[in-house]
Amino acid sequence: MTIENWTCPRPLRDHPTIVMGHGGGGQLSAELIEHLFVPAFGNGELTELADAAVLDVKGSISFSTDTFTVHPRFFPGGDIGELAINGTVNDVAMRGAVPRYLSVGLVLEEGLPMAELGVIVESMARAAAHAGVTIVTGDTKVVDRGHGDGIYINTTGIGIMRPGADIRPQRAIPGDVIIVSGTMGDHGMAIMSVREGLEFEASIRSDSAALNHMIIDVLDTGADVHVLRDPTRGGLAASLNEIAKAADVGVLLEESAIPVDRTVAAACEMLGMDPMYVANEGKVVAFVAADDADRVLNAMRSHPEGVNATIIGEVTDTHRGMVAARTPLGSTRVVDMQVGEQLPRIC
Amino acid sequence: MKYLDEFRDPDLARRLLDDIAEITTKHHVLMEVCGGQTHSIIRNGIDRLLPDDIEMVHGPGCPVCVTPLETIDKALEIASRDGVIFCSFGDMLRVPGSERDLFSVKSTGGDVRIVYSPLDAVQIARDNPDREVVFFGIGFETTAPANAMALYQAKQEDLTNFSMLVSHVLVPPAMRAILDSPTNRVEAFLAAGHVCSVMGYEEYYPIAEQYGTPIVVTGFEPLDLLQGIKMAVLQLEDGRAEVENAYQRAVTREGNLPAQQMLAHVFTTVDRNWRGIGAIPRSGWALGADYEGFDAAERFTVTHIDTVESPLCHAGEVLRGTLKPDQCPAFGKECTPRTPLGATMVSAEGACAAYYLYGRFTELETTP
Repeated sequence: MTIENWTCPRPLRDHPTIVMGHGGGGQLSAELIEHLFVPAFGNGELTELADAAVLDVKGSISFSTDTFTVHPRFFPGGDIGELAINGTVNDVAMRGAVPRYLSVGLVLEEGLPMAELGVIVESMARAAAHAGVTIVTGDTKVVDRGHGDGIYINTTGIGIMRPGADIRPQRAIPGDVIIVSGTMGDHGMAIMSVREGLEFEASIRSDSAALNHMIIDVLDTGADVHVLRDPTRGGLAASLNEIAKAADVGVLLEESAIPVDRTVAAACEMLGMDPMYVANEGKVVAFVAADDADRVLNAMRSHPEGVNATIIGEVTDTHRGMVAARTPLGSTRVVDMQVGEQLPRIC
Repeated sequence: MKYLDEFRDPDLARRLLDDIAEITTKHHVLMEVCGGQTHSIIRNGIDRLLPDDIEMVHGPGCPVCVTPLETIDKALEIASRDGVIFCSFGDMLRVPGSERDLFSVKSTGGDVRIVYSPLDAVQIARDNPDREVVFFGIGFETTAPANAMALYQAKQEDLTNFSMLVSHVLVPPAMRAILDSPTNRVEAFLAAGHVCSVMGYEEYYPIAEQYGTPIVVTGFEPLDLLQGIKMAVLQLEDGRAEVENAYQRAVTREGNLPAQQMLAHVFTTVDRNWRGIGAIPRSGWALGADYEGFDAAERFTVTHIDTVESPLCHAGEVLRGTLKPDQCPAFGKECTPRTPLGATMVSAEGACAAYYLYGRFTELETTP
């Protein structure tokens, strides 16, 4: 679906752009819900248009929230809508839960083209259907022009914990092998290339994807999975540092084993960036018992999101709380967290 | 990435390391001039794979590190003005001025933008005729041609709302200053490959001859660096002091002549103050007479600059190669990338940042 060929539902056609009234709780708000959100997200709970959704849930739940402000809103490989669904679905799934319900909070900037909102909402609906989650409640606010960047989206998700699942950073133990489900840095470099108008030999696409089906298959193998993490902001380096500190273990990576798409690698090289610090939106890092590594790899590789899954390192009882990488030359170096954003270098 | 992988081959690296170990009979101190080389050495652990007798000290070739504090303070002042769009390369934004950095100017309302080329800043000037667009033109000979081109274009188009705050620095005078210093320990240089791709290496012959110091033009990948180190060590062992080129895939003796013509057209050689090092005669480029109208330092009158360096910061000694970053008392304590006291802890090319990011924990064993 593109913005050009999106067809605006008839009652919304009076307003080609978002106006303040769309968040005012009156008729315009109601029209937006009735003609855009309900048809897209349509399900029993949402159509009741009550103040809150009532969910019938048994057992423990996994519960997570995330807010999406990505600029630009549309980028190669995705848009802010599907990112907002996939991001929270993945966070919920990383605890070993089956994601089921989402809330969606939209902050719209006055002047946002209705067609863009339409495409984003439909993209969210598609992503939710693909992930098998239901959007059960939502909210829309409109801010004055100049007070937002077109659209911000908050999503909150609830997943049903699988019996016996105990997956958290503290469980990493020496001897675990570390697996990534694919190439590192695709999302961050895709955003950077469009944001800054940089052109590389081939277009870099975001890896935005829901990982819950793949993770369920991994868990279904019965493998002893200790930690799952989606390495989003701060990239692989930040995730591994957080886990090393939380579990008080060392992480030793084999630098040459870390998969990086060749265009992403070239772009990083040119800008003086390290793919290990660049964000991913459709990848998982797994810490698993060494004996179960093959099972996990096979399960990941049976999914399109995991075809490049590979072992990148191991957990050690040395250099606790730190991440080190063995360089191709055979020396080791520290892989630290970045202070802020990576900045393109001068030359 | 095939192209670069060829220059990272572990087996070839091992062979070069063996060669270096074989030819080394005594202690040698080598300086890699460029900060990009420093980062590659530390990131790949090359310093720890070399024989104990080969000591690498790190040179001043980090453009944001040597930009005078006064210039940075001036930039901060200009960037905070209404009506100004201040454009800079990314790694300049976190470099501390006397009181703040460009990020804090941005957060308090200054229109500070990261660009990837000075030509992007020229485009911003075209697109915003009612705003003053200032580009922070710093760096060595490497970045200067693009800056010269931006100024040339702005002049051709009579783009009166574009100006540049220029603080270019030159490598050969800095190498002389290091060799002239009474505390100097450097016996051979790995010259900065990218600088030489622009300037060639003709200008190094008088230095090698006058000081009896080998100079090897060297690239940035592990094999480039090991090849450069090997050639420099061979010269030292043989008692030679010549200029050699270990980066022939990118550098010719005469360099990039059209770029040099453009540089001569736009810039003029001046004395320059280097942050942490001090004044070095004829070590910088400023705008030549034809381009004075584009000088941001002239266009914006900035007074009351009162520069204050941290008394704890030893960046100058690090940049001169007389102190290793981890020998600084503030290293990793008062001074970290999060709370940098000097620019060498900030920049992607700063030696202190390289040590902090990659090399803090040398107890991590290396594999045989």
